Amino acid sequence: MPKSVIPIGPYHPLQEEPEFFTLTVDGETVVDIDVKVGYNHRGIEKLSERRTFDQSTFVIERICGICSTSHPFAYTRAVEDIIPVEVPERAKYIRTIIAEGERIHSHLLWLGLAGHFLGYNTVYMWVWKLREEILDVMEILSGNRNNYAMFKPGGVRRDIKSEDIPLVIKKIDSIVPTLNRLKKAILDDPVLHARLKGIGILTREDAIDYGALGPTSRASGVAKDVRKDAPYGAYDKVEWDMIVTETGDVFEKVIVRVLEVYESIKIIKTCLLNLPEGEIDLNIKDIPPGEGIGSAEAPRGETFHYVRSDGTNRPARHKVRAPTFMNLPTFKVTVIGETISDATIILAAIDPCYCCTERMAVRNTKGKKIYHGQDLIRLSQEKTEHIKRKMGIK
Amino acid sequence: MTREEILNDLKKRFKNDIIDLLDKSPKRVYIEIKPESLVKVATYIFKDLEARFNIASGVDARTHIEILYHFSIEYLNVLISLRVKLDRKNPAIDSLAQVFKGANWIEREMYELLGIDFRGHPDLRRLLLADEWPEGVYPLRSDYKEWDKKAIRDRGV
Repeated sequence: MPKSVIPIGPYHPLQEEPEFFTLTVDGETVVDIDVKVGYNHRGIEKLSERRTFDQSTFVIERICGICSTSHPFAYTRAVEDIIPVEVPERAKYIRTIIAEGERIHSHLLWLGLAGHFLGYNTVYMWVWKLREEILDVMEILSGNRNNYAMFKPGGVRRDIKSEDIPLVIKKIDSIVPTLNRLKKAILDDPVLHARLKGIGILTREDAIDYGALGPTSRASGVAKDVRKDAPYGAYDKVEWDMIVTETGDVFEKVIVRVLEVYESIKIIKTCLLNLPEGEIDLNIKDIPPGEGIGSAEAPRGETFHYVRSDGTNRPARHKVRAPTFMNLPTFKVTVIGETISDATIILAAIDPCYCCTERMAVRNTKGKKIYHGQDLIRLSQEKTEHIKRKMGIK
Repeated sequence: MTREEILNDLKKRFKNDIIDLLDKSPKRVYIEIKPESLVKVATYIFKDLEARFNIASGVDARTHIEILYHFSIEYLNVLISLRVKLDRKNPAIDSLAQVFKGANWIEREMYELLGIDFRGHPDLRRLLLADEWPEGVYPLRSDYKEWDKKAIRDRGV
């Protein structure tokens, strides 16, 4: 059978952002894959050099719509590393609360989309309804459902009102029973087991070699998390566990994310109940010449910022490295050898965020078959149906 | 090994390769090395010290081009940045993509944005810039001028 090329993208309904994948397939098996990114390249690093240190915080908050807090978190830490200075305790706690709220909503968003790719649209609707509660919480805390604009070099921009805390805790607690049912449904579902176990395996060695980050590497047994390894914010003052699993297949990546949601709930509640009194901002005026590095554990892995100052009020150089930049190249080892119907969920399993790195869709082919993005979703959903029929589940 | 032991060991092991070692803070160490020693030092830090490769950042410092390779050693909570300074006229350095795959994409990025040649890179293509972007125009160079203001405006940016 001749090899066919399945082009996916750059504009495609499967994911939220433009990206161009080229899958070379032999029959049903993927034998090679390549990606072209850059459709969303907005030149933010260059843009940041033309803004003041305070203005840059707003620009880089718009790098990503989902993990919008991780970038300001890493950036402000980089600027504070130049001076160097420690932010007030209360600001550290508020930063941690916002960052963990974002992790919950981001993991739930991914879980919903993963359900959709597999043909479990009930999961999709269910999880996204749950996510609404968290977005409400973020609105109570920051005034915004997304792009919270809470961070600034030297502290936070808004305080958390003590009268809001009981309502926030009540809202967060309200998602736990649904989350428990969801966890049980995922862990016990034989179809999901058949569908996700043993596919898209990222071995521990490859995870290290590629420098994979976040849940993608932790599912492969690499116990690395910036929040534990180089504690920042209030993470060293709160008790929580790092979730690490062994095999690195897609199922484990689901497990890691679901369990991390529980840890985040724990962290937020502890932080809210132990919120220290005091200042929230250092009012930093001047940034001396020098260079600083800041990192923060975003929902997808470590976000890394490098800022150089030449003594003016603008960064001389601002390097942004989003977690997907390190996670995406791992598709070379996870997708090759798998079937086309599994490629969708494997590519989605790293929770790619291309506007950070810079998504998936179909180009005209030399081969006989032409698949489109919709076909891939259909293939993926049909496989689930097929497994269900074989198992006698309706 | 403790932090001090590792730093002293690095100093001794690579005494001919290290130009300057700046112990900035308990969590940050900057080591300037000779460009030709990069692969040797980076391989040791990545393989023997089991560091994680964070990323590299290229900077045009006007008089020269600088690349910082950031490695974090989690069990010590230290971030080591290897600094190399390259000639601005013809910046070139050996590729690390053969040592660990994590360096592949970032070297492609620095190649297109700063015009640095990575010798021995397996797949030195553009990563982010559009196909119509002209050759030899590097947006992160300090002397970069917008090459076609009209084209950018016409796209509605």
